[in-house]
Amino acid sequence: MATVIPPPSKKQKKEALQVRDVNLIPEDLPNVLIKFQASDTGESIGGSIRVPGSITEKQLEELLNNLQNEDDPVPYSFSVLIDDKLTDVKDDLYHSILKPGHKTTEDFLTLVYTPRAIFKVKPITRSNTAIAGHGSTILCCSFSPNDSSRMCSGAGDSTARIWDCNTQTPFKTLQGHTNWVLCVSYSPDGKLIATGSMDNTIRIWDAKTGAPLGKPLTGHSKWVTSLTWQPIHLDESPKLASSSKDGTVKVWDPISRLCLFTMSGHTNSVSCVKWSGSNIIYSASHDRTIKSWDMSANGKCIQTLKSHGHWVNHLSLSTDYVIRKGGFDHKGGKLDSISSKELRAKALQEYEKVAKINGVINERLVSASDDFTMYLWEPLKSSKPICRMTGHQKLVNHVNFSPDGRYIVSSSFDNSIKIWDGLKGTFITTLRGHVAPVYQTSWSADNRLLVSCSKDTTLKVWDIRSKKLIVDLPGHSDEVFAVDWSLDGKRVASGGKDKMIRLWSH
Amino acid sequence: MPQNEYIEQHIKQHGRRLDYEERRRKKQAREGHRIAKDAQNLKGWRAKQFAKKRYSEKVEMKKKIKAHQESKVKTPTVENHDEALPTYLLDRQNNNTAKAISSSIKQKRLEKSQKFQVPLPKVKGISEEEMFKVIKTGKSKTKSWKRMITKHTFVGEGFTRRPVKMERIIRPAALRQKKANVTHPELGVTVFLPILGVKKNPQSPMYTQLGVLTKGTIIEVNVSELGLVTAGGKVVWGKYAQITNEPDRDGCVNAVLLV
Repeated sequence: MATVIPPPSKKQKKEALQVRDVNLIPEDLPNVLIKFQASDTGESIGGSIRVPGSITEKQLEELLNNLQNEDDPVPYSFSVLIDDKLTDVKDDLYHSILKPGHKTTEDFLTLVYTPRAIFKVKPITRSNTAIAGHGSTILCCSFSPNDSSRMCSGAGDSTARIWDCNTQTPFKTLQGHTNWVLCVSYSPDGKLIATGSMDNTIRIWDAKTGAPLGKPLTGHSKWVTSLTWQPIHLDESPKLASSSKDGTVKVWDPISRLCLFTMSGHTNSVSCVKWSGSNIIYSASHDRTIKSWDMSANGKCIQTLKSHGHWVNHLSLSTDYVIRKGGFDHKGGKLDSISSKELRAKALQEYEKVAKINGVINERLVSASDDFTMYLWEPLKSSKPICRMTGHQKLVNHVNFSPDGRYIVSSSFDNSIKIWDGLKGTFITTLRGHVAPVYQTSWSADNRLLVSCSKDTTLKVWDIRSKKLIVDLPGHSDEVFAVDWSLDGKRVASGGKDKMIRLWSH
Repeated sequence: MPQNEYIEQHIKQHGRRLDYEERRRKKQAREGHRIAKDAQNLKGWRAKQFAKKRYSEKVEMKKKIKAHQESKVKTPTVENHDEALPTYLLDRQNNNTAKAISSSIKQKRLEKSQKFQVPLPKVKGISEEEMFKVIKTGKSKTKSWKRMITKHTFVGEGFTRRPVKMERIIRPAALRQKKANVTHPELGVTVFLPILGVKKNPQSPMYTQLGVLTKGTIIEVNVSELGLVTAGGKVVWGKYAQITNEPDRDGCVNAVLLV
C-alpha cells in the first residue's frame, strides 16, 4: 500500500514560520571576570582575569596554557561552578553560560578546568573482519595492556584464543580447560594471561607464546566468576585474585602457583572482584553485600558494605582503567624495552594522577545491582554510601568508571545506558538507542567515547560530550556478550553468540 | 432439584450401604478380569468399539509413563547446555531439564514444517447474506442496491466516506477497529497494537479490499513496541498477524503474530 506523507500540521507550519535562533554573539557583550581553578587539586591560577564574554573554549585553553607557562600545550575542558554544580562550557562562554541565564556578565565566574587526554581516539565506524575460530559462543574478550595487536577471548568451546589483530588472524589457541572459559584477564605488565573457567579452575598462560604455565590452579568448588590482578605499583610480580560461585575469593601467586589466601565471608555466589590501588580487594556477592579485604593485613575483612536489596552484579573502581593499563600509555610499548622498575614508577605516577583529589587518595567504588539501583561508595572514608543512584527500570548489569573517573556509565536490561557524575553520583543523562538489554560497555582511553554491546546484535558508539549516538554498528548475527576497546584506542573487539570475533576500527 | 442431586442428598442424609467400600474394592479388583473376558468374547460392532477404547487408553497410559520418566531425568547441569553463557547471565537461567530440551526440539521440527502455514489454516465460510445487510433506498424504499457490512472493518487512516449516491457498501463507524490484541506466540505476551492494514481475508478478495476483519484474516500490525530486531540490527515495525476470534462476537480483535 502506498502511503503519502501527510501535509504539515498547523503547529508545524507555525514553527516553520518562526524566526530561528542563529548562533550569533551580540557585539555589545561586556567583559566578564573569571578565575581558573584546577579540578583535581583545587588550586586557582592567575587570580581574577577580565576576558570578553564571547571567549571560546579554544581561547580559554590558550590563555590557561600561557598562564601555566608550559612548553607543549595541554588540552583542557572547562566547566563553571554554579551553586556547587558544574556546567560544561561548550564552544563558547556566551552560548553555554550567559545565554541560558546560568550567570550574568556581572557575576564572577569560577572556571574549573580538567586536562583532557592529549591524544584523541577516533570513533570506530566499520567492521574490519569477522574471524571465525571459536566453536561456540564467545563469552569474554580482553585486549593486552601494552599492545592493541594482541587480544584474548574465551569461549564456550573450552578454549581461549589469542588473536593477532594486525594481521587479523588467530595467533594461538589456549587449550586445557575442560569447560567454558568464563573470564580472561591480562596481567598489568602484559606478560601473563589468566583464564577462569566453568570447570572450577584457573589457568595461567604466557601471553607472548601462548604456552601454559604449569598446572591449573585448583581450589574453587564451583565455577570462577571473575578475575582481577594486583595493581603493578604495589608488587613487582602481581598476584591474582579470583571469585567463584562457591562464595569464596582466593588470592593466588601465579609464579609459585599457590593459593595464598582464601577469603570466605560471603554466604552466596561472589559475582565480581576488584583489586584497588590501595591494596584492598572489593568483592560483590549475590548475598547483597560488598566486602573489602585488606591485603596488607593478610586479607582481613575490614568492611561490609550493606545497602543493596538484591544481588550485587558488578563493581567498578574510579581507578579501574589506570590499574588495568599498568605503566603503559596510549603509545603502547614492547614488553622487553621497558624495565619493570620504570614500569612500576610510571604506573604509580599515573595511578596517583587519577586517584588523588585535592592531594588525597580518593578511590570511589560503584556497585550495580539487581534491585535496579547503584550505590556510590568511598570505602576508604566510610562504609555508608555517598549516593544512591536510581532511575533504571530493570536490573543494572554493568557499571564502568571513565578512565579519568569523572563519569560513571551504567548499562541495564531496560535497554538504556545512563551516565552519572563520577564524583557526586548525580544523574547526567540517559543514552537510548538499543532495543534489547545492554550487556557491557567499554570506554575509549581519552574519555570521549563509549561503546556498548547488546542483545539486539549491535554495538553502538556514543559521544560523551554531546551525549549522543555517533555510530550504530550492526554486523553480528546474534547477541553480543563481550566488548573491549583497546588501550591505544585503535580497535574494538567484540564477540557473542554467533561465534565470530569482530574487530572494528575507524 | 435435578435427579442426581436427590441421590446425593440421600447419601448425605443416610450414608451409604454398609458394605459399599467392600463392594467397590472387589469390583475394581475384578475389573481386569472383566476386560480380559470382554476382549475375548465380544463380537461385531461392540468388539470394535471396545478395541478402539482400549487402544486409546493404552496410548494415553504409555504417554503418561514416558512423561514421568522424562521429568525425572535431570541433565548433568552443564554438558548438555547447547549454548554457553557469560557469567552475568549464568544464574538467571532456569534449570535445564531434558524435558525442556526435547520439547524445544519438537517445537523446532514443528516450526520447520509450519514455515508456510498459518495458525488457522481453515475457516468457516461466511455467506453473502450474513456479511451484507440490504438497505432499501429511494423515496418509497423500492431500490435495494445499497449494502451495509455487518462485520468489523479496518478502514485505514484518513478515510472519508463517499457521497451517499456513490456509496454502495457502507462500513459502519461503530464497527471500525484501529487496534488489535496481538499475542507473540513464543514470548507469550499480548500487546495492544495498532493495525496497519488488512493483508488478506480468506473469505474473498473483495473483503480484503474492504478491510473486513473476520476470523482467519491476516492483518499487518505495528510491532515497534515489542522491540523486535532484524539480523541487521534494524527495528522491525510492521509484521503480519492472524485474527483468532470472531471480532463481531467479542467486540475486539484478537490476533496471533506470525513468526
